[in-house]
Amino acid sequence: MSVVASFGGFVAAARDAGRLVVQPRMGVSDPGLMRTGLEATRAARATTVGTITLDSYTRLGDYAAARAAARDGAELNGYPLLAHSEATTRAVLDGVAGPAFPVQVRHGSADPRAIVARLASVGLCATEGGPVSYCLPYGRTRLRDSVANWAESCRFLAGLRGPGVEPHVETFGGCMLGQLCPPSLLVALSVLEALFLAQHGLRSVSLSYAQQANAEQDREAIAGLHRLAAEHLSQLDWHVVLYTYMGVYPRTARGALRLLGEAARLAVRTGVARLVVKTTAEAHRIPTLLENVTALEHAATVAGSTRRAALQRPPDDGLEQEARALVDAVLELDDDVGRALTLAFRRGYLDVPYCLHPDNAGRARAALDVDGRLRWTHVGSMPIASSGSNTEVERRQMGSAALLAALTYVQQHFDEDNEEMRERG
Amino acid sequence: MSVGNAPVLAPRPHRPVPARRLSIVLTGTASDAHTWNLVFLQLLLEEAGHDVVNLGPCVPDEVVVASCVRRTPDLIVVSSVNGHGGTDGLRLIRVLREQRALADVPTIIGGKLGVAGHDAVGHTGRLLRAGFDVVFADDSRAVATLRQYVGVLCPGADR
Repeated sequence: MSVVASFGGFVAAARDAGRLVVQPRMGVSDPGLMRTGLEATRAARATTVGTITLDSYTRLGDYAAARAAARDGAELNGYPLLAHSEATTRAVLDGVAGPAFPVQVRHGSADPRAIVARLASVGLCATEGGPVSYCLPYGRTRLRDSVANWAESCRFLAGLRGPGVEPHVETFGGCMLGQLCPPSLLVALSVLEALFLAQHGLRSVSLSYAQQANAEQDREAIAGLHRLAAEHLSQLDWHVVLYTYMGVYPRTARGALRLLGEAARLAVRTGVARLVVKTTAEAHRIPTLLENVTALEHAATVAGSTRRAALQRPPDDGLEQEARALVDAVLELDDDVGRALTLAFRRGYLDVPYCLHPDNAGRARAALDVDGRLRWTHVGSMPIASSGSNTEVERRQMGSAALLAALTYVQQHFDEDNEEMRERG
Repeated sequence: MSVGNAPVLAPRPHRPVPARRLSIVLTGTASDAHTWNLVFLQLLLEEAGHDVVNLGPCVPDEVVVASCVRRTPDLIVVSSVNGHGGTDGLRLIRVLREQRALADVPTIIGGKLGVAGHDAVGHTGRLLRAGFDVVFADDSRAVATLRQYVGVLCPGADR
């Protein structure tokens, strides 16, 4: 049984019709509420796809803890897909999910094998993640194990392909650590993970990119991501998905909505097909269903009043060249993308700043420039150049106060009551 | 900080106070994948002159216990922002306090401890009763209060 024919096909059709697809991050422990959330997403005045975000216990494979919490009625931070029976989840989806409303399962697991088996058995075939992006930022699983787990999961998902059913996986590589990762590395990781997915049988993928702290730099990054994807993924159905800012979020409702609005404008102007939204509750807690619907509709409204800047060349600050250098250096290491990625991290050709994982070299550092652009202050062994001597000084001084200032730069910027800021791009 | 009165901030009296610097184990909880809180706290505590071992995110309880037993630190700092801290922290402090070597080690927790935002379901009281010395709420005073607490714990630190 399949309730969802094609996630990628739905997004492509919306893109062709000039409509931005908007999507919440949404998951609750209670099946009834989960269904209500999907219904509310579907009914929102926007072109939407549904989300089932799983809880942290399920992501980490601690199914016993998820079951215990579900049994005791403890509130989880997502839907415990493996704690509820297949019949329960089918009832959540029945009559809601379908070709007109695809649902994606989002988790964050370095070992998604049980999760993809279950999502398939309840009739779904769209998920997200990747061997690097769901491993390095999130825990202790070794990268080589994550690569093996993801390879197996992708082959399984690809095996679900059938008449009218096209499995879809989205890379999370464009969101590494949410903030303070320079866009060239985000773009490179998104492309490399998409190549990994393709190598293991997926024919429909999406490439993520998370909004950072400077709209001009984001435009350049998304343009570069589109070009690299077009070159490397010409045989696939693919689209780019933009994440509304994933770092420390504005506290005020006004600031939160302005940041979301900027993401929606950025998406339309750069030809992004899908936008994952954030709500006014982001800085405080997990959002309510109503807050999610408000965010979806706000994003759709802003998108609807924004024109794509077809002829406007994005700025060229060398970002695409840097991303290309990273992708090429990794692909030269091995024909198998998974082995190439593992080797690249071991040699430090890829090095995520501030990532604590033992398989990350941890020599790279980045900082925000005065205008919010992310700059490399130390590139470690990556085959790219550092941004220069000014930022070298900042690197030495990057203590807790400077780090906190960088982490909260966007929050402060958008919480300030200042209309003219960030009205650019 | 939810519990900000002076008696809570005082170190446990029977424990010798280190002269210059604390040996600190810093950790996320078993189900929490967030790292920025840990990166920041490590810098903050190191700048205050202390030695910090950062166990990182998603640390299983047994790994926290083993690391702490091996090091017998002067302070254990648990940070959680994924909404499961109330539950994960409760389980963790129980297994930590079961260890004789860790029964009296000052152990503190802070962050976003529940999914509901404010302490609507009484996490703070439960965590304190189970053995945490301080429970920090996620608010603008948390950093200052943490500095103050560590300062009281180690008056001879570099700064």
